Amino acid sequence: MDTEEVVENIVEIENLMVSYDDRVVLDGVNFQVRRGETMVILGGSGCGKSTLLRHIIGLERPTSGRIMIKGRDLTVMGEEEMSGILSKVGVVFQSSALFNSMTIGDNVALPLREHTKLEESTIKIMTKIKLEMVGLSGFESYLPSELSGGMRKRAAFARAISMDPEILFCDEPSAGLDPIVGAGLDQLIIKLSKALRMTIVVVTHEMESMYTIADRVLMLHNGRVMFCGTVEEFRACDNERVRQFIERRPEEHHEEESGQYVRALTSDSF
Amino acid sequence: MQVEVNRRGDAAVISVSGDVDLYTSPEVRKAITRMCKKKVPVIVINLAEVAYMDSSGVATLVEGLQLSGRYEGAFRIVGLQPAVREVFELARLDHVFAIFESEEQAVGG
Repeated sequence: MDTEEVVENIVEIENLMVSYDDRVVLDGVNFQVRRGETMVILGGSGCGKSTLLRHIIGLERPTSGRIMIKGRDLTVMGEEEMSGILSKVGVVFQSSALFNSMTIGDNVALPLREHTKLEESTIKIMTKIKLEMVGLSGFESYLPSELSGGMRKRAAFARAISMDPEILFCDEPSAGLDPIVGAGLDQLIIKLSKALRMTIVVVTHEMESMYTIADRVLMLHNGRVMFCGTVEEFRACDNERVRQFIERRPEEHHEEESGQYVRALTSDSF
Repeated sequence: MQVEVNRRGDAAVISVSGDVDLYTSPEVRKAITRMCKKKVPVIVINLAEVAYMDSSGVATLVEGLQLSGRYEGAFRIVGLQPAVREVFELARLDHVFAIFESEEQAVGG
């Protein structure tokens, strides 16, 4: 990115706290996503990645903190205003979240039918273009149950981009896909970002994918931001947790932890 | 976004300026379908003043190609800016359209 270019933050997260009962899942998270960049959110299982994403897209309200999308705070707005803001946002859910009673074509066309005044003939062509982009050309009349898990995932991706959103959030888009299809999805993310000026946020723990698509990386650990910077800075980072992640080293168990483990196994917790 | 239609002999030149997106592409569609209803032999879409086009714009042009094809009319595009060309490539439609470098060439075929 040109250093003299004015950077516009399209997403701003300020001191985000999320807790369920007394379990703190996100603990004062701060970061910004710049317009047009692809940011990858990394972290081990259970570190709060998907929780963070659910809050950014307004599915849940945080315990405290601010979530600004295009300068407006999602945490204080009503449903109608939120719906307006989120119409510019596409989401690829980890579970695909397709409507099982609708064909793949109708699933992809649904946001266009609900939120635009485009002619049905235009919508059908757009739907086919999106299915072609994800390698599902010709599958528009299939039901989700007639497709493999990987195909459903790609159909969900096609639906998320059906409106050419300004911001695209993806929760582990390549999980469960074979390496060739996963690599194809990475290339599509790069092309969408470039051709349609899309801002893209991808939650993943797949390092190969991250190195391919990311402009910047955010790493979460125990609900906190452990690292935020460019891919080059990430590679050079000497933080022990980041190194462990990059080098794919397993957790080491210490003796005290073993003692804790035995106490946990023998406690009357349920 | 603005759409202007000029007749040049057998051809109609539809000049578009501004961003073509979900909300503005119906205007482009309206101009194209009007010319197709008149069975204009050559329709030229001049996109020299379009810096951004989303997939609704591309889909609209596909409809124009289809509608003009029904009466064997020619449907030509001129003035593709690099960013718009990328959207054509993304949709794998860059080889589907007859794309010209200048309006003169497009009108003359």
